Amino acid sequence: MSHSKKTGHDHSHWSDMQLKVNTLESLLVEKGYVDPAALDVIVETYETQVGPRNGAKVVARAWADEAYREHLEKDATSAIAELGFTGRQGEHMMAVFNTDQTHNMVVCTLCSCYPWSVLGLPPVWYKSAAYRSRAVSEPRAVLGEFGVELPEEQKIRVWDSTAEMRYLVIPQRPDGTEGWSEDKLAELVTRDSMIGTGFPDCPGGTR
Amino acid sequence: MNGPHDMGGMQCYGPVQPEKDEPVFHDEWEKRALALTVAMGFCGAWNIDKSRFARECLPPDFYLSKSYYQIWIAGLERLMLDAGLVTKSEIESGKSEASAREVRRVVKGEEMLAALAAGGPVGRAPSTEPGFAPGEKVRTLNIHPATHTRLPRYVRGKTGTIERIQGYHVFPDTNASGGGENPQWLYNVAFEARELFGPDAEPGGKVMVDCWGPYLEHA
Repeated sequence: MSHSKKTGHDHSHWSDMQLKVNTLESLLVEKGYVDPAALDVIVETYETQVGPRNGAKVVARAWADEAYREHLEKDATSAIAELGFTGRQGEHMMAVFNTDQTHNMVVCTLCSCYPWSVLGLPPVWYKSAAYRSRAVSEPRAVLGEFGVELPEEQKIRVWDSTAEMRYLVIPQRPDGTEGWSEDKLAELVTRDSMIGTGFPDCPGGTR
Repeated sequence: MNGPHDMGGMQCYGPVQPEKDEPVFHDEWEKRALALTVAMGFCGAWNIDKSRFARECLPPDFYLSKSYYQIWIAGLERLMLDAGLVTKSEIESGKSEASAREVRRVVKGEEMLAALAAGGPVGRAPSTEPGFAPGEKVRTLNIHPATHTRLPRYVRGKTGTIERIQGYHVFPDTNASGGGENPQWLYNVAFEARELFGPDAEPGGKVMVDCWGPYLEHA
């Protein structure tokens, strides 16, 4: 494969990458190290099955069911497994609950650890140097870049995922949702609200 | 290793740029890059800590200018070369030039869903008692190993409070460098933002960091 051409900000490096990855895949299949059908299952799983709708169900159950909330607080891994969400990058879970006094926000400064089992694959910004560097040192400014403003008295706790513990933020339940079903509540839960860089939607429109 | 991956507290990367309605993948090759990286992990020729260290050891200009999946592919190539699974010339040609090495496991299509759902828990049966208790004051060591570590620079030599005992987990520092799993107690430690980032940091703000016992001493 030739890389004689310098690839600046044009898009030619995308096709270089396509070629590179195709070449690698055919080598690894020929060697017998991977089964192409298994590769398809991985892509399909993270493209269509495992994503933030999983986490939204956990949050909605925590909002609607006090016993579940307590279970989640005590042992998030088992409480989340109860809803069928287990596996890679969700083996050791902890749920962190937002209150009027505390806002939680999650980062991985050393790489891009993220709770795949409940949120799927991380968005590009979560993996960016900008987020990884400043989330710990100036979280309120970073939140501002997401359009999130918190009252001054609400203190921020930033969880740096340095180990295999994975963190799920349980946002505060929006007002005006009394008596709502879990399914209806889950529709309000945004991905960013479970990372701590956003809020849930409000009933009848986004916040 | 004090490398470009250890980003906490840096100020030079500009604002965060969230993307509206971001797709799961931005290009077809990203899907295959993810799948190859995950699938090759089952071969047993390395572990998650070694794979993180392989990415950290990429040239700094590469690490800072490439996308996540480009870094993954470069890390994967390095791991496979180091393990002798492929050669440089094979990576370039895409053609096998020698017989394959025996690997621990090749997950078949029909087994992959279960394999993904099983994951790879790192909790082990404890053989010691925890050395620190919740509420106790601790100080992180000021260590600078040239090998893999999960103690970020911004939190070295700092005083915090044990928030919670997380379990008895595989220790990445040894697991990444051939020293085995060597499990240790893992603690979540609360640091005041001002302890880490000085008087300009927000009063009352906290950073919560998971630290293995060998990173800590009594304060």
